[in-house]
Amino acid sequence: MSTLTAGKAANYALQAVCYAAFMAVVGYFATSPPYVHLPAGQAVVKLSLQHAGQRKEACRERSAEELAKLAPNMRAASDCPRERAPLVVDIRMDDQPLFALVAPPRGLSRDGASTVYRRVAVAAGTHRFETRLADSVDGTFRFTGQRTVDLKPGRVLVIDFDAKEGGWVFRE
Amino acid sequence: MAASGVYVYIGFDTRADGAYASVERMSANAFPLGSLARSLHRYASDAFVLVVLLHLVREWLLGRYAHFRRFSWTTGVFSLWLVYASGIGGYWLVWDTLAQYSLIATTEWLDALPFLGQLTRNFDATAKVSDRLFSLLIFLHIGIPLALLATMWVHVQRLARPATTPPRALALGTAGALVALALGKPVASAPPADLATVPGTLALDWFYLGVHAFADAAGAWALWAVLLGATACLLALPWLSREARARRPGAAVVDLANCNGCARCFADCPYAAVTMQPRSDGRNHLRQAVVDADLCAGCGVCAGACPSSTPFRSTAELVTGIDLPQAPIGALRAALEAALDRFSALPAGRRPNVVVFGCVPAHCGLDIRALDDASTAALPMLCAAQLPPSFVEYALRAGADGVLVTGCRGGTQGGDCVYRLGNRWTGLRLAGAREPHLRAAVPRDRVRIAWAGRGDEALLAGELRAFRASLATVPWPAGPRPKRSETAHARRD
Repeated sequence: MSTLTAGKAANYALQAVCYAAFMAVVGYFATSPPYVHLPAGQAVVKLSLQHAGQRKEACRERSAEELAKLAPNMRAASDCPRERAPLVVDIRMDDQPLFALVAPPRGLSRDGASTVYRRVAVAAGTHRFETRLADSVDGTFRFTGQRTVDLKPGRVLVIDFDAKEGGWVFRE
Repeated sequence: MAASGVYVYIGFDTRADGAYASVERMSANAFPLGSLARSLHRYASDAFVLVVLLHLVREWLLGRYAHFRRFSWTTGVFSLWLVYASGIGGYWLVWDTLAQYSLIATTEWLDALPFLGQLTRNFDATAKVSDRLFSLLIFLHIGIPLALLATMWVHVQRLARPATTPPRALALGTAGALVALALGKPVASAPPADLATVPGTLALDWFYLGVHAFADAAGAWALWAVLLGATACLLALPWLSREARARRPGAAVVDLANCNGCARCFADCPYAAVTMQPRSDGRNHLRQAVVDADLCAGCGVCAGACPSSTPFRSTAELVTGIDLPQAPIGALRAALEAALDRFSALPAGRRPNVVVFGCVPAHCGLDIRALDDASTAALPMLCAAQLPPSFVEYALRAGADGVLVTGCRGGTQGGDCVYRLGNRWTGLRLAGAREPHLRAAVPRDRVRIAWAGRGDEALLAGELRAFRASLATVPWPAGPRPKRSETAHARRD
């Protein structure tokens, strides 16, 4: 083999090594190392709700004097402040606090619904959940619920709230 | 990547309850070559992000982000976000547990922002995943790559002749290697998505989805902080770094009295800083060169292209049509003449003597002045392509036995040339294949090119020794030795 041919062969071999190394990196990190998102024996509890709190202030009727001061197109009989009360959410699992939070209303005028999303991994097994929600300024927990759930490993329990359905909703 | 994506899309079912099955059919090759196409699309995407990051690191290490490169750098930084958005969105379409994990991790990350609402609530029940959602996901996975393509087009706008495709050999080699990887390790789906469960262990694609693992460990806000912080640092680099604070090289200046509007500088400028515009001085030429100082790299490639940059001109002061104030062509001629005068005083035994033209050390990383000795004159320039080929002929006529031209490492295809096209234009000009060309009458065995960069000092010295040895065996043609033009002698006297 001449020197030139040997050099070419070495050149091609080196290129092949470089391609193989590059593809080895691509191939390996495309799937490895494995990532443990949820350890074995655990389940997930998600708190996911959207609810509009009560108005902070009740509507009141405007007096004739007040109406007269307003522009003709603004003379609504009732004055209803838009701001809503924040939600106070308290979830306990097996008599221990799981979620305790205050969710402010959305929007620039704070007149939108409050939205909450939280998740936490818990040990799989049977758990007792107690849920409370206050949606008014006085902070009274008007909506309460409780449920005992047998959470299998890897399963998700979604705790939602739907006032139309009567309050707390547990979805397994 | 685009071709495999289009092919995969043909066999893809865009319904929420059909997407996973259609991808599985591809992997089972029920769709012709489906597994290969899917795997190619995936691995090409991974290779893409790896190459993009390597490109970023390389340009950073070489300090190529300041001054005239700011525009390319900043647009490149913005395109990184689109690279990731394009890639991550592709995983969602498979709608397996990996897609479920990635989609929810992404929405949780977005939900950390106070003004977006709770997007993740859309994925707390399987019933909420609809065909409309998949239409949106497909729109994103086609729209964002198109936006990325547009950004890449903007990214190269300030480059003349951008190299948007790899050399054929590299393209073939990479394609072959990707096919081999796709055949050897075909991509497989995870189990189908089920929003009532949480995936435990995942075969994560760390090139794209590693950000999710980071957010899991450190929190969504930490990921926002890292990504925005890294972006801000990268964007600030062209203004705040040591490279940025260094004095910007002076821009080229056009001398209309010596510009005939030939457009060679326009054709050769690596950064599209020269444009040809209607004549403004009333001379009998159609156009004139105009330099945009903001775009100009100050490389001198234009001066090397200018036909007025010939040392044979009889003017006492060599002023060319377009020149660099910090390193004018006239100064190069003066330095060459000084070297030739030095050679003329050499005893016969010290020959052959050689003139070496090459880049300044600040650019190619190698100081050719280390080669300077009694029979070697090293003349640094801003770029090898600042050398008008007529200087080579001039040197040989006036007493040099050989001319060695050196530029950045990598050869005439571009290599590591700091100014992108300097090596290429130099090679073509000296080969007589590009204007201004080295005249055919110049003996080619007395001219040599040797590309060398930082750390190649010994290599270059060896090239010079070999060149000098070869010159000793090359006789000058019979008859009197060519001399510098009479006009040049008259000017000097």
